[in-house]
Amino acid sequence: MTAAAAAAPASSARHAWRRFARHRLAVASVLVLALLCLLAFSAPLFELALGTDSERVNLFSRLAPPSAQALLGTDELGRDMFLRLLEGGQVSLLVGLTAAVAAAVIGTFIGLVAGYFGGRFDAFLMRFTDGIIALPLLPLLIVLAAIDLDKLGIPAAIANSENISLYRIILIVALVGWTTVARLVRGAALSIREREYVQAAKVQGAGSWRIMRVHILPNLISPIIVATTLSVGNIILLESVLSFLGLGIQPPIPSWGNLLTNAQALISTAPLLAFYPGFLILLTVLAFNFLGDGLQDALDPRAVRRRA
Amino acid sequence: MARYLLDRMVQSVAVLAIMSVVIFWLMGLMPGDPIDLMISADPRLTPEDAARLRELHGLDLPISERYLNWLTAALSGNLGFSRLFAMPVLKAVLPALGNTVLLLGISFVLAVAIAFLSGIAAAMNQHRKLDYAINLLAFAAISIPSFWLALMMISLFSVTLGWLPASGTESVGGGGFLDKARFLVLPVLTLTIVSFGSHTRFVRASMIETLRQDYIRTARAKGAGEGRVVFRHALRNALIPVVTILALDFGFLFSGALIIETIFAYPGMGKLIFDAIMGNDYNLALVTLLFATALTLFCNLAADLAYAWLDPRISYTGDGA
Repeated sequence: MTAAAAAAPASSARHAWRRFARHRLAVASVLVLALLCLLAFSAPLFELALGTDSERVNLFSRLAPPSAQALLGTDELGRDMFLRLLEGGQVSLLVGLTAAVAAAVIGTFIGLVAGYFGGRFDAFLMRFTDGIIALPLLPLLIVLAAIDLDKLGIPAAIANSENISLYRIILIVALVGWTTVARLVRGAALSIREREYVQAAKVQGAGSWRIMRVHILPNLISPIIVATTLSVGNIILLESVLSFLGLGIQPPIPSWGNLLTNAQALISTAPLLAFYPGFLILLTVLAFNFLGDGLQDALDPRAVRRRA
Repeated sequence: MARYLLDRMVQSVAVLAIMSVVIFWLMGLMPGDPIDLMISADPRLTPEDAARLRELHGLDLPISERYLNWLTAALSGNLGFSRLFAMPVLKAVLPALGNTVLLLGISFVLAVAIAFLSGIAAAMNQHRKLDYAINLLAFAAISIPSFWLALMMISLFSVTLGWLPASGTESVGGGGFLDKARFLVLPVLTLTIVSFGSHTRFVRASMIETLRQDYIRTARAKGAGEGRVVFRHALRNALIPVVTILALDFGFLFSGALIIETIFAYPGMGKLIFDAIMGNDYNLALVTLLFATALTLFCNLAADLAYAWLDPRISYTGDGA
């Protein structure tokens, strides 16, 4: 909670809410995201109602047009496209949110430590951050996604488990996605550590970790929330492209990205199969970006607009 | 200035050196090694043969020694042999580099031109309908998955309308300039669309910030027309932060090129990197990844130069160029 918010919590929150409500696209985005989540996570109900599931292969009705049975038609193996999109949505949304939060935690830690301790330590960490920002990330992510877990000494039981591609993609994306939050937090921490109340806490003998946790971090919550929301979209895009290239989430787990893996071969016979997953990615990423923009207006009205 | 430039160059070389170690180490973690591939290609190889081959190629050495051996060879101009293309690595890389520079160059110029026009138009009409429309378009462009856009382009322009080719660089049997240009249209269009959005938002933000400054108010008070205020007084100052960000975005542009080259079967560096990694062509993967890193670092350096050139405090003293 900021100093102003502590003085008048109710009115500050109301002001923030009013600023947010004025951003109509952000409000619409909340509704869209809520609807998407609701649909995606009620996939089991739809399966029950339709009497089928997303993995049932039916080679007699391949690439079928939409019908009452399969609302959006079927894919090249006769699987219900609508159900597959819902299941893929669960995975894409979960991976996007988890990786964004993980990246924010890493970024907050690095930024806080660099900004608070300053000096050479800060210079080193920020050089490192700049270095990562400047790299061509996708090629490096492809290498990271392709490495052999056996050679890293990870037990085969874990390396071959079904969900490993999920954990792996979250880890990889978080490893490169923390830079924006780190720079943001570092900049803010640099200025806050000079404030009188931080100096006062120091004089009273508070340790570095306590000062960072109690006196600095709470002031940074708003910008961290904004940056994290804005990064969810980017992370969903990154996950989807890696999955599309066959390096992210592995079938049989569906994701919006890997639903498109076969789309290029089928583009002339079934263009709609390629349309749906990408359109849902676009809708979700757009909604997260508008939401982040709206939150920025609401929580951080004086901040210079940063990039999405 | 010269001192600063030298510092930045040393830094770039250091980053490149660190990246070469990291990439070399990561390559060692990729599934299989070249000898495994030889064994699967020729079942008559015995384990003794494999061991002898490993020794012959120095693959039994610790990774640090292998790296030093590779580095010595690389620095003397021997970048190794590409298994996938059956030719020296450098011979496979150079034409791809040319293709990528062409694709990225055209897309970059187009994206920046669109970003400046729309960003300035939005800033001059802040909070009006045009501003909202441009903002909405920019957000949509940022949020669109590039591979999906590429697929939709192929579906519309190649399959449905049949106007433009979906893959390659020229017709079978070769073609003239126009033929090659036709093959570039869809990749360039896709790459331009996915990269102009964030540029536009930057130009707009930077322009709005600049138009708030006191010297702009002074210029207006002295009776300068709006066009003169925007293009003579504001643009140059608004450019400075934008240029750095544009160059820092080069890594993003290159990532986009990888996807788009792969989908459009355009033989550039991005597709080469992807094919090399997927095909376990270690020598090629290593060199192409380093080339991509070097290219990005070079663009960042160029941005620093442009920054100094745009900043009047440096360029007017005469030693900035």
